[in-house]
Amino acid sequence: MSGLALRQALPAASPREEAAAGRWNPYLIGAGIGVLSWLVFVIVAAPIGITTAGAQVAGGIAALFVGQEAVSANAYWARNPMRLDYGTLFLIGTAAGAFLSALARGSLRVEHVPTVWAERFGPSVARRFAWAFIGGAIIMFASRLANGCTSGNGISQSLQMAVVGWTFFATMFASGVATAWLMFRGR
Amino acid sequence: MFPVAKETALWLAPLFGLAFGWLLERGRVLDYNVIVNQLRLRDFTVLKVMLTAVVVGGIGVFVLVQMGEARWHLRDANMGGVVLGGLLFGVGMAIYGYCPGTGLAAAATGRTHALVGVLGMIAGAIAYAYAFEWLRGTVLAWWNLGRVTLADITGQPLWVLYAVLAVVALGVFAAIERWEAGRRTAG
Repeated sequence: MSGLALRQALPAASPREEAAAGRWNPYLIGAGIGVLSWLVFVIVAAPIGITTAGAQVAGGIAALFVGQEAVSANAYWARNPMRLDYGTLFLIGTAAGAFLSALARGSLRVEHVPTVWAERFGPSVARRFAWAFIGGAIIMFASRLANGCTSGNGISQSLQMAVVGWTFFATMFASGVATAWLMFRGR
Repeated sequence: MFPVAKETALWLAPLFGLAFGWLLERGRVLDYNVIVNQLRLRDFTVLKVMLTAVVVGGIGVFVLVQMGEARWHLRDANMGGVVLGGLLFGVGMAIYGYCPGTGLAAAATGRTHALVGVLGMIAGAIAYAYAFEWLRGTVLAWWNLGRVTLADITGQPLWVLYAVLAVVALGVFAAIERWEAGRRTAG
């Protein structure tokens, strides 16, 4: 492992260096998401979540290929039709917020292959793209099966002490650690 | 049941999304390396963010519900779906390096591989919609506990569970900080 790789693998720099780079302390970020949860519970009665709306958008996209009638006839999309509702607007806001934050701290940049991936699997863009597509497909399918993702289940349900939230948190973490161990074994 | 009119909630959705995306970007969790190194147990940023969000969000929402300012938004503990979904999700997250929310937000900051994963998510959602009819009769019908919380399972009052969660989280954070300080001096 090269010196650069070793530094990459080490934990984050000191809090002062972090702040200088325009990044915030992870506890502060977590507290911010917690306070945001208070606001959405009180004001809009809609906990933070991503994939319910994401599946609605996918229905809208599927309609372009197979037609609206076929999509409307589907049992899942009949329950979750594509519309510009709270959830889908929240998705647009999430993407815009990340973009604006990166713009404000000057961290917008094109990245085809991240460094930890490249160290293990090489610099091939096609290879990274292929696996990113497969991984993305898996997490979305899995999120719908579990009725929520890291946000909707892992945070919004766990914070209510819901069994579904903590079960998701524990199973996804255990399986993620095991998979990463298999992928990066010996590194 | 919206505390504000639906039109107002619609108008607030992109703003709340904006705050969420901004926090994710500032928290370094849009970096593939940070998420994958969490699964490799080398960088605990993700756990710090998620657990803090659950503790701060949970205690606040609990108080707000007691005050009558908010209500619970519990989902079914559909154990077949959530256990299989959680296990599958961990595999996908290790491969992609993102969950749905961070993947979407990372795509907005110029990470093209994250964008490819978003396309994968759309494909995954479409696959789910077509598999839904079959899943509804099998996996989703197994062992549904309903909208249960850990309070229902353990017989303890909610405030005790939040107190235990806070103490456990503080212990976990103290252990992580000690481990990180050890790595910094060793490195």
